Amino acid sequence: MNLIVIALLTLGIIGAVSAIILYFVAKKFHVYEDPRIDEVEAALPAANCGGCGFPGCRGFANACVKADTLDGLFCPVGGNDTMQKVAGILGKTAVTAVPTVAVVRCGGTCDHRPRMNEYDGVKHCFIAHNLYSGETGCSWGCLGLGDCEVSCEFDAIKVNPVTKLPEVDEDKCTSCGACVKACPKLLIELRKKGPKSRRIYVSCRNEDKGHIAKKSCDVSCISCSKCEKVCPHEAITITNNLAFIHDDKCKLCRKCVEVCPTNAIVELNFPPRKVKEESMTPKEEQLVG
Amino acid sequence: MKTFRIGGIHPKENKFSAGKQIQVAELPKQVVIPLSHYIGTPSEAVVKKGDVVKVGQLIGKANGFISANVHSSVSGKVNKIDVQLDATGYKRPAVYIDVEGDEWLETIDRSTEIKRECNLSKEEIVRKIQDAGIVGLGGATFPTHVKLSPPPGKKANILIINAVECESYLTCDHQLMLEKGEEILVGTTILMKALEVNRAVIGIESNKKDAIVHLQQLAKNFKGIEVEALKVRYPQGGEKQLIDAVVRRQVPSGRIPIEVGAVVQNVGTTYAVYEAVQKNKPMIERVMTITGKTAPNPGNYLVRLGTYLSSVVDQAGGVPEGTGKIVGGGPMMGRSLMNLNVPMAKGSSGVVFIKEEESIRKPVKNCIRCAKCVTVCPMGLEPFLLMNQSERNMWAEMEDNRTMDCIECGSCSYTCPSNRPLLDYIRFGKTTVGGIIRNRTAKK
Repeated sequence: MNLIVIALLTLGIIGAVSAIILYFVAKKFHVYEDPRIDEVEAALPAANCGGCGFPGCRGFANACVKADTLDGLFCPVGGNDTMQKVAGILGKTAVTAVPTVAVVRCGGTCDHRPRMNEYDGVKHCFIAHNLYSGETGCSWGCLGLGDCEVSCEFDAIKVNPVTKLPEVDEDKCTSCGACVKACPKLLIELRKKGPKSRRIYVSCRNEDKGHIAKKSCDVSCISCSKCEKVCPHEAITITNNLAFIHDDKCKLCRKCVEVCPTNAIVELNFPPRKVKEESMTPKEEQLVG
Repeated sequence: MKTFRIGGIHPKENKFSAGKQIQVAELPKQVVIPLSHYIGTPSEAVVKKGDVVKVGQLIGKANGFISANVHSSVSGKVNKIDVQLDATGYKRPAVYIDVEGDEWLETIDRSTEIKRECNLSKEEIVRKIQDAGIVGLGGATFPTHVKLSPPPGKKANILIINAVECESYLTCDHQLMLEKGEEILVGTTILMKALEVNRAVIGIESNKKDAIVHLQQLAKNFKGIEVEALKVRYPQGGEKQLIDAVVRRQVPSGRIPIEVGAVVQNVGTTYAVYEAVQKNKPMIERVMTITGKTAPNPGNYLVRLGTYLSSVVDQAGGVPEGTGKIVGGGPMMGRSLMNLNVPMAKGSSGVVFIKEEESIRKPVKNCIRCAKCVTVCPMGLEPFLLMNQSERNMWAEMEDNRTMDCIECGSCSYTCPSNRPLLDYIRFGKTTVGGIIRNRTAKK
């Protein structure tokens, strides 16, 4: 009985002394952390993708709390709604950004770009890119080995096994920019999502001269500058034998799509064009009717 | 017999073209001379369309210190200056020349007589080498004049001539030594003079006995030149490995050989130096080996720069049936060619045909931690670890594990029983880590 009392007393005293020491140490070395960081973090999507440029959502929350204004701070995954919430918590005004989405600027499917050799090395775009220009004649185009697919945290980009080109799922894409960094050929670009997800872009990165580009791929940009001339909004520029549509100037009139001789300019999510009526003779109309 | 102390492998030698006399390849109808070498800034074209050029005339001027002049290898008319696919499929600037006759510059001494005396000063020799556009012919194509101008405060005390030719299949250096032995020794004395050293060692692997005996006999007449027989071991031709093998000095990590007082030059380069200094002949042709197990006519050919590889291969009997891969360079360090319509560059040491069944990559299995790759790595790295880190994008750890020291010899991939693509991943990591380091130093 005595033994138990002694043991209990000893342990109790040690515990009490330790508790007192710990209490004072905790007081002394207390680090003040803004409680708003936790609140902001809770409002963020918790994807930890790094798309904002900070190491994870906590890093971004920390930066938001410390910054004087929210200029230049934007969570591409959460978008404007999340930024409004963050701004509400912090009592600052959020910058609204136009939602963007990733587009793959290569249209060289197997039909358009004949395979000239076979690559049997590691299925990794960067490694293949380091070794040589790729299986096709176009040294600028997609290698189709899926570095972008691996890099995507949201399952939004997938290489189509038939066309061997990556396809972006617009609903899933958060435009975090991971695939942009992963692509060794710099094919992926974040573009404005556009009204009703309608977009027009040049689906080619080939900077070779026209005849060389045309030889290597049927749907390459041959820098004929027809689109540059036809564009009423001066949204198209040609640099290094390659046309580029600036999405802040583009009004989605689709004139460039019509004139492009190689179909290198792609339109997405537009309703089908009306068939021109004068192509039908009255007789034919009667027959159809 | 000496050899380097860490790692190394011994692949099957397969030197089918050994002892085959160097044949002069036919003059092509058109040459495409690339203006960029593998290392250094591309040179600038100094000719334009329609210009008539002679053999040995300057067509590309070096652009900066780490760059080399390019000379016309044929006489004729400049057709155009355009881009040309190189062996990796990327487009590089090149000069197209239509061949007309074979007219050489008058300054070039074309006699076969050996000129032993050289009374030029150190600076004049380096100047001549720089003007002749000589680059390292072992494969890295690093401009030779840069190697001969050590950084201030550093001085070489030994010159090592790399006549190892440790790559299997290739025999171009071997045959050059047999046929141009004395010229090589004169070239060595010129290089010794340029570096102000009084000792030179020619390192030759013991599978080239005839070359060793031949050069040893000739070397008796040359002061300060020794011929050292080395044990057959790949990658003995690597600069750092050769220095370790010959003089037992270890080049510290991330440093260059001059730090331990040694300069290494390839034997082909030495011959080119002899021709440039004594005969005023710029770098316009080189010996290359066309070989392979199925090659109809393996041999060594003296080819003008800019000749399409397809035309040289045709002269050697064409591409044999059942070829799966055509490798430019040796089978270990070389890269498979996309097609044969690529011009021959200063660094093209050979074309090897690999049979289809040998060329296919075997299925990759899991790492069994046998540490064979660690045993064979000549730089003392841990390839399995580097590959894992590269797969997981752990760049900081890769840098700590000295990935930048990798010489890309491929011994690890060769020896791996699980067929793991170790070198592919290490090279990927090396490129990325190299980029990170460059960014960091640029910021400072």
